[in-house]
Amino acid sequence: MLLEVRQLEVHYGGIRAVAGIDLEIADGELVCLIGANGAGKTSTLKAICGLIASRSGTVRYGGEDISRAPVHELPRKGLVMVPEGRGIFAQLTVAENLAMGAYAHGGGDPAAQYERFPRLAERRRQIAGTLSGGEQQMLALARALMTRPRLLLLDEPSMGLAPMMVTKIFELVHDIAAQGVTILLVEQNARAALELARRGYVMESGSITLSGEARALLDNPRVREAYLGE
Amino acid sequence: MDTFLQQVINGLTAGSVYAVVALGYTMVYGIIQLINFAHGEVVMIGAMVAFTVINALAPAGLPPLAVVLIGGACAIPVCVLVGYSMERLAYRPLRHAPRLAPLITAIGVSIILQHLALLIWSRNVLAFPQIIPSRTYMIAGAAISSIQIAILAICFALMAGLAVLVYRTRLGTAMRATAQNPQVAGLMGIDINRVIAATFVIGAALGAVAGVLFGTYYGLAQYTMGSILGLKAFSAAVLGGIGNIPGAMLGGVLLGIVEALGAGYIGDLTNLCSYDTLAPRIEACAGGGNFVLFGSNYQDVFAFIVLILVLVFRPSGLLGERVGDRA
Repeated sequence: MLLEVRQLEVHYGGIRAVAGIDLEIADGELVCLIGANGAGKTSTLKAICGLIASRSGTVRYGGEDISRAPVHELPRKGLVMVPEGRGIFAQLTVAENLAMGAYAHGGGDPAAQYERFPRLAERRRQIAGTLSGGEQQMLALARALMTRPRLLLLDEPSMGLAPMMVTKIFELVHDIAAQGVTILLVEQNARAALELARRGYVMESGSITLSGEARALLDNPRVREAYLGE
Repeated sequence: MDTFLQQVINGLTAGSVYAVVALGYTMVYGIIQLINFAHGEVVMIGAMVAFTVINALAPAGLPPLAVVLIGGACAIPVCVLVGYSMERLAYRPLRHAPRLAPLITAIGVSIILQHLALLIWSRNVLAFPQIIPSRTYMIAGAAISSIQIAILAICFALMAGLAVLVYRTRLGTAMRATAQNPQVAGLMGIDINRVIAATFVIGAALGAVAGVLFGTYYGLAQYTMGSILGLKAFSAAVLGGIGNIPGAMLGGVLLGIVEALGAGYIGDLTNLCSYDTLAPRIEACAGGGNFVLFGSNYQDVFAFIVLILVLVFRPSGLLGERVGDRA
């Protein structure tokens, strides 16, 4: 297993956001984590990469316990998160954003990313905050790829985007996975996520209530009712 | 002699030093939203260390320029150590505390440093030995001394160097990235603690040089000099837009010029005898006398008038952007 989460618990003051979940991802898998607003999906991702401290539980990545590893050490190990709301550096240029993605390796060549995202190549000197939402999401993905990730944690990459752009972003996620990058995709767009992923987890008020093959989840009546609007 | 040009030259000299000090305020504010009130004290310590070294070496018969350079070279590491320590010991533990806590801590650090300086260097005004022979050049009716030229050259070189560091290097980009979004900067592998420490260290090194220049320019140093200099540089940073690096440079230079022009003209403007309606009623004016309300000793007031005006009419400063319209 590339990522193994055991009994992870996250608290905010007195509120338990993540209630002791187990989650695992094998090398090369594309796994999605779906659930309603406030189910604890983002907290789970943040706890995995150390942005927030977990109350208890362990996170093992590539066999190594990273539960207490400082945030900035994880990109060097190939674990990168693209945060909700994209988190681009709005006042830096596109090129500078990409350079920061390569920070962990002491610099890298953005050529491959410009090839993948021609729109970014055209705008490399532009201030990132002036890009459209979809372009910003592309930049966030490109920047994460600059770290040469082994495991990519994507938090709601489709949020707030126009339907055309959502399709485009999911295609990109598919391509990135096809190139061998392991992906944990958090989404509210459950149908698109389950169609893309091989396996899925369903999270409800801090716990994982369902898990399995994505196709099986798509057919599961509970999932269909609660998340697919049927 | 042309008062206007003369005062612009004097203001430019003082202003370039303010600008270098203001960079220390604005860089730290930009990255952790803290007004580091102890920064003025770092400048003071720079001047004091340089004084000690210059005073000790002055009789040794070394070339005067070498003595001043050695003084500066000793001040920089001391100030860097002070800057690094205050971040590590006083501010880092409060990184996630409510904003008032580090602010009050900064005032505390300032008091501690001031009193340490008092213990080491006494409460007296220390006079720098005037070892560098100053030559004066005349341009268009105004005088500029070789020391002023040196100060201008050093300060503008420092500002240019800092601009290159911040806008052209990996560390500088990491600093700007951390300032904008520390969480994501961490996710990209940037050790934000190191970047923040580097910011303090760079600001302190600039402050050290400013202290040495200020001390040699005015020829005086005292343990309290950091407060007034610090407040002026802080005003300069606010004038330019706190957190904005080009703003601090512009603000510093402008503030210096405003202050010098103010000091140069306030005596004439408040000389009641120069007003025809008032002159006959004032006894002192008889026979070409003067009755001056405010003299050039009111110089310091101008910096704070500027600060108040900026806070009232343009709180974001000249180059600062309005906060809160992030995409």
